[in-house]
Amino acid sequence: MEHTVVSANKFNAWFGDNHVVKDVSIGIDKNQVIAVMGPSGCGKTTFLRCINRMHELIPGATAKGSLKLYDDEVYNMNPIYVRYKIGMVFQRPNPFPNLSIYDNVIAGYKLNGLKVAKAEQDRIVEKSLTSAALWNEVKDSLHKKGTFLSGGQQQRLCIARAIAMEPEVILFDEPTSALDPISTSSVEQLFHELKENYTLIIVTHNMQQAARVSDKTAFFYMGELVEFDDTKKMFTAPSDVRTQNYITGRFS
Amino acid sequence: MDARIGIRNTKSILFKGLIVFLAFVITLPLIIVLLYIIKQGIFQVNWHFLTNVPAPVGETGGGISNALVGSLIIVLMSSIVAIPVGILTGIYLSENPHTKLSYYAGLCVDILQGVPSIVVGIVVYFWIVKPLGTFSAISGSIALSIMMLPIVIRSTEQTLRLLPPSLKEAALSLGVPYHRVILKVIVPCGFAGILSGIMLSIARIVGETAPLLFTAFGNPYLSTAITKPMETLPHLIYTYATSPYDDWHNLAWGASFILLMFVLILNIFTKLITRKWNIQL
Repeated sequence: MEHTVVSANKFNAWFGDNHVVKDVSIGIDKNQVIAVMGPSGCGKTTFLRCINRMHELIPGATAKGSLKLYDDEVYNMNPIYVRYKIGMVFQRPNPFPNLSIYDNVIAGYKLNGLKVAKAEQDRIVEKSLTSAALWNEVKDSLHKKGTFLSGGQQQRLCIARAIAMEPEVILFDEPTSALDPISTSSVEQLFHELKENYTLIIVTHNMQQAARVSDKTAFFYMGELVEFDDTKKMFTAPSDVRTQNYITGRFS
Repeated sequence: MDARIGIRNTKSILFKGLIVFLAFVITLPLIIVLLYIIKQGIFQVNWHFLTNVPAPVGETGGGISNALVGSLIIVLMSSIVAIPVGILTGIYLSENPHTKLSYYAGLCVDILQGVPSIVVGIVVYFWIVKPLGTFSAISGSIALSIMMLPIVIRSTEQTLRLLPPSLKEAALSLGVPYHRVILKVIVPCGFAGILSGIMLSIARIVGETAPLLFTAFGNPYLSTAITKPMETLPHLIYTYATSPYDDWHNLAWGASFILLMFVLILNIFTKLITRKWNIQL
């Protein structure tokens, strides 16, 4: 029985007068990897940032319409609670430079002032780093600064940091665009493992990546959700001509 | 072809020689001044000098303990006022660069930075000293904290502005409330820069004389009462150096040496901590 985690109904978002997300309706099921692709400026990142209410942090940014996490309207919830439930990994790895690897993973608890027993912290750190496929590489240097890691390791550290909060959904904003091919493939590998426990929504510029990692793909164009379907169908027999044009590279 | 390369090399060497020479010329007066103060001052400093108040004319010995204690108290009080206000204002300016308030606040900070210290002194004189009816350490501290503010504000602002926005996003995306993002992430990451601003502002005010002339005023005796006039190092130097007595000149030289060492140590200390706590982004 599939269960819808995130759903949008006629959702709109603006930057000032610029209408960047137009009447998007989508339903995202639990434990799936969703790729969101589209040309630059199509509103895919903005849509992603609306889901955990990071969009509104930019001055002049507004949003309207229904966007739900399970049955709760995201825009009626406390944004802090929304962000507990919906984690995010950014384009560039952004570990906290003042914290050790250990503290970076547990940062969601520490920075929020949530009291967690030391043994429980250790457990969370190990589990999160293991889930992010980083434990073996860093277990001997947990108390070194996170910024000493390579770019790919830093990105996995950021994934571990998001996992540590036990979110329902993890949003990825072009998570591999700043990484080399080897790091990219290790992060992609992770997506397959992470979907056992989480729902992943991944914005990507890279169509091959969308095809490789996702169960379903959403194609955004000019702020509209053009098509949302199984990835396989999307890349073999898209129903919309714009999707077809994009996939075959007829426009960028 | 070879000849032209030769000429160009010669030009490069001449140019390099010129800038090395000029750099040397610029540091020379500084070194001479430093050496002279050290030469005049270093032999005045001993335990007696540090623990006694100035001797009256005609008696030998005497020290600068009143000024040491006074400077310490006044700088401490100025810091207590100026550092929190300065850091918070700096945070506001870096967080809200486009509001009207931050535009005018920034403008005020720039102007304040350029206000001659004697003008700050006269303002404090008419606002605090006159109504209270007495010179006091408090009024001196207020004058100095006004001098400190722009340095602390600007250094905080500039340090925090250099932090990448992705850092803030990382914290916010974990559901961290805004005030904790600032206090637990932004300020700690910019800590080295903020601290060096504070150190520089202290180094700046500890030698400030003009605004103290008619606020803290000076006091030949050891005093820790903050509502009474108080001696400070720069003021002691000013008073004793302009006196006609050799003994007093020596006191002034010794005090200059102490002041110089204090600023020097503060600067070295700042360099060390910024290096130790500097955060690799």
